[in-house]
Amino acid sequence: MTPINKVKVMLIFPSMLAAEPISYYLVKSYDLKINILKAYVNYNVEGRLLIELEGTDANIKNALKYLKSLNIKTIKNGTGTYIDFDNCIACGACIAACEPGALKLENDKLVFDGTKCLECRLCEKACPERLIKNVFNQR
Amino acid sequence: MAKTYKEINEKIAAGKAVVVDAEEIIDIVKKDGLKKTAEKVDVVTTATFGPMCSSGAFVNFGHSTPPIRMSKIYLNDVECCGGLAAVDTYIGATQPGEKTGIEYGGAHVICDLIDGKDVLLKAYSPGTDCYPRKELRTYININEMNEAYLYNPRNCYQNYGAAINTSSKRLYTYMGILQPNGQNITYSTAGQLSPLLNDPYFRTIGMGTKIFLAGAQGYVAWYGTQFKTSVEREPNGVPVGGAATIAVVGNMRDMSTEYIKPAVYEGYGTSMFVGIGIPIPVLDEEMLKYLSVEDKDIYTYVYDYSDRSSEDNIIARVNYADLKSGCVEINGRKVRTSPMTSMAKSRQIAAVLKELIQKGEFILNEPVMKFPQDNKLNSITIREKSKRK
Repeated sequence: MTPINKVKVMLIFPSMLAAEPISYYLVKSYDLKINILKAYVNYNVEGRLLIELEGTDANIKNALKYLKSLNIKTIKNGTGTYIDFDNCIACGACIAACEPGALKLENDKLVFDGTKCLECRLCEKACPERLIKNVFNQR
Repeated sequence: MAKTYKEINEKIAAGKAVVVDAEEIIDIVKKDGLKKTAEKVDVVTTATFGPMCSSGAFVNFGHSTPPIRMSKIYLNDVECCGGLAAVDTYIGATQPGEKTGIEYGGAHVICDLIDGKDVLLKAYSPGTDCYPRKELRTYININEMNEAYLYNPRNCYQNYGAAINTSSKRLYTYMGILQPNGQNITYSTAGQLSPLLNDPYFRTIGMGTKIFLAGAQGYVAWYGTQFKTSVEREPNGVPVGGAATIAVVGNMRDMSTEYIKPAVYEGYGTSMFVGIGIPIPVLDEEMLKYLSVEDKDIYTYVYDYSDRSSEDNIIARVNYADLKSGCVEINGRKVRTSPMTSMAKSRQIAAVLKELIQKGEFILNEPVMKFPQDNKLNSITIREKSKRK
């Protein structure tokens, strides 16, 4: 039996495509279980979709190819969370906020594991330097 | 063999002083022993970079023509203290902005001034014969002012209680975010690198001790507010839980926002990360023994922040080696831990100070006044009537 895999992907798609029923094709043509974790989709506006894809490696690979062919940017293991590491002082305040353990200190540096991030966005509130933001905030 | 400040300073001035930081000294003492190390090492640098709310800055704006005696003062719409002389003020780090709230407060103003930025000064006065102006609105920066110095009445806590939350509601505190049901612990100290933990009885840190303050060469000005020396101690002399503090002063013009930064704690307020480094002379073996203290021998209590109505809210007693490991066991359950103090910045400051001393650019100062050894804390007793008849 072919092993089933799960990947988390951030999709950034151009404004002209918001009307394309992507999720329908992902299920129908690629036999994927999809789980939408977060979405910012507006008709005729650049959209963002954080999505979990579950299926065989080959199907996931082909699905990502299909998305790319539509001019959709795909970021694997992506999350909407982004951190200004250049200005981070590694104080550790965000770690207290992060229940899934996506944030930790390693050798005095903050390390972020996007695969563990559940986008609860509590770290944004916790950062005393206000260096943690989310792409879903951009509009 | 004991060393004097004079001898150590002569070595510093000659660029021959042996300087290490308070973490490096631990292994050196383990390897070479107290006696040999005390002869070899002259200065140990300590440092911390944590949020220190009791901070602020005195500034003097200079006079306008006609002059004003400011009684209501705002810098970038953050209210500063009136109640001093005409154009003097104190900017409190935790003061929230009138429009910006905690997202831009006193600490932000202080750091903008250090960065040399223009800030908007608005001042109001009832007007007097000698100070007729009633209103002033201008942009000003630190170079146009007279004095601008940081004066922080309570910094550099010797030790501090760790925080947990046993309630079912998430808490937003000055100890950061505390998850419900005791899921996490936060703590605030640089531990074995922290200045006051390396000189537990204040042999070398007193009024007049020269320190690294946010990039400037500042001084210990006095003992800090809520100064507590009459406390429970470990056999190594280190207090368990919150203890002594220091008041510090330094010229803001020599500071850099590399070593001082505004902080915003959700649901609590504005605060300020203050970078402090204190060089401690290795006067003798006894001093070196204090300086070689390790995280595993520094203890603190874990306080339940969901219960602020009593003092009896201690959940556990832990050491900093365990706290810094990222996880401690409380009543048989693993609880994750995280810091509030930046070890990265603390280590950076200890290293910078070390280099300054090695290059002969930072001479030590012997304290001119020792701090009280048996200070206790008072707290407010709420009473309806005055005791005076």
